[in-house]
Amino acid sequence: MAEDLRYIVKSIVGEENFIDMTPNRSNNYCCGGGGGFLQSGFNEQRLEFGRLKDEQIKATGADYCIAGCHNCHDQIHKLSEHYGGNYPVVHLWTMICLSLGILGPNEREYLGDDLKEVNVFHPETAI
Amino acid sequence: MAEPAIKLGGKRKSIFIDKVKEILPEGGNLNLCLTCGACSSGCPATGLEGMDPRKFLRMAALGMDEEIMSTPWVWMCTLCQRCIYVCPMKIDIPQLVHNVRASWPREKRPKGIIGSCDMALRNDSCSAMGATPEDFTFVVEDVLEEYKEAQPEFADMEAPVDKQGAEFFLNQNSREPVTEPDEMVPLWKILHLAGANWTYGSKGWGGENYCMFLADDDAWKHIIKTSVNHAEDLGCKIYLNTE
Repeated sequence: MAEDLRYIVKSIVGEENFIDMTPNRSNNYCCGGGGGFLQSGFNEQRLEFGRLKDEQIKATGADYCIAGCHNCHDQIHKLSEHYGGNYPVVHLWTMICLSLGILGPNEREYLGDDLKEVNVFHPETAI
Repeated sequence: MAEPAIKLGGKRKSIFIDKVKEILPEGGNLNLCLTCGACSSGCPATGLEGMDPRKFLRMAALGMDEEIMSTPWVWMCTLCQRCIYVCPMKIDIPQLVHNVRASWPREKRPKGIIGSCDMALRNDSCSAMGATPEDFTFVVEDVLEEYKEAQPEFADMEAPVDKQGAEFFLNQNSREPVTEPDEMVPLWKILHLAGANWTYGSKGWGGENYCMFLADDDAWKHIIKTSVNHAEDLGCKIYLNTE
């Protein structure tokens, strides 16, 4: 699974643009969005839990973070804002469709400003 | 000032960890800890509430039931299982945490998790946001029609609900249909271009399962059964979990 995902991401962004975190794969750290933490009310502790993930992401120097699931997306998005990194956090499906040239103007909520206007599919349908 | 040493009773009493050992395969290896600390050194929850995985396990092993049963730390461990992965003895600390969660009176568990679980029990959607099967089906059909018109290259795209005999049963995090339905579309496009024969289910489409996180095991089982039974009724071969 981990290698399949890397194959897909590299195919989308180009081998040279994929940067793995350290540590990675099964040694990687949980972002803190799972296990019910998002709904637990322990928000301060949840952000503290996620500090490690935020630091890992910043250390890559990458422009974007791709999240594999919805809870992770939600949590890492909050980490990006809270710790001031302000890196965009996107779903994998967004990047796949962007690379295929089939991402419409209303499917770009989480893209950063640098990609918002790039290769828009049916731009005339923007709402 | 160092904390005073913990005094252990002479006579061994029935302790919580023994009950958990009885229900886990291989006892969860809970009595095999070498105290190396590999679990704690790589756990993002280390330090929260003055707790860490090794300390939690040692306290359980020492019979400090009152302390491990009352710490809110069990709701700050995300059950990610990295501690098992790095443990030389493969000790199942997350299962111990889960069972401690389950020992809390239901009404004392975090309100937000209770609320999300209860929402999922309201109808057959099993959605933590409480959306009904009818609402979900309406949103999917409405969004699909809109996109087929706006993007004619996808005029043949499908987003079926309850398609009998589909190969893949796909679930869906509730946030998309409820709050950002446009975000469902890219995945539909990918499945369409890949030629996948897939379907949503009107029952058990909610991808999240807060009853599992709540450690309400009966409710957790109810949600899984609702979804899996429906996928089987539809004759689906593969269950795709988007969460």
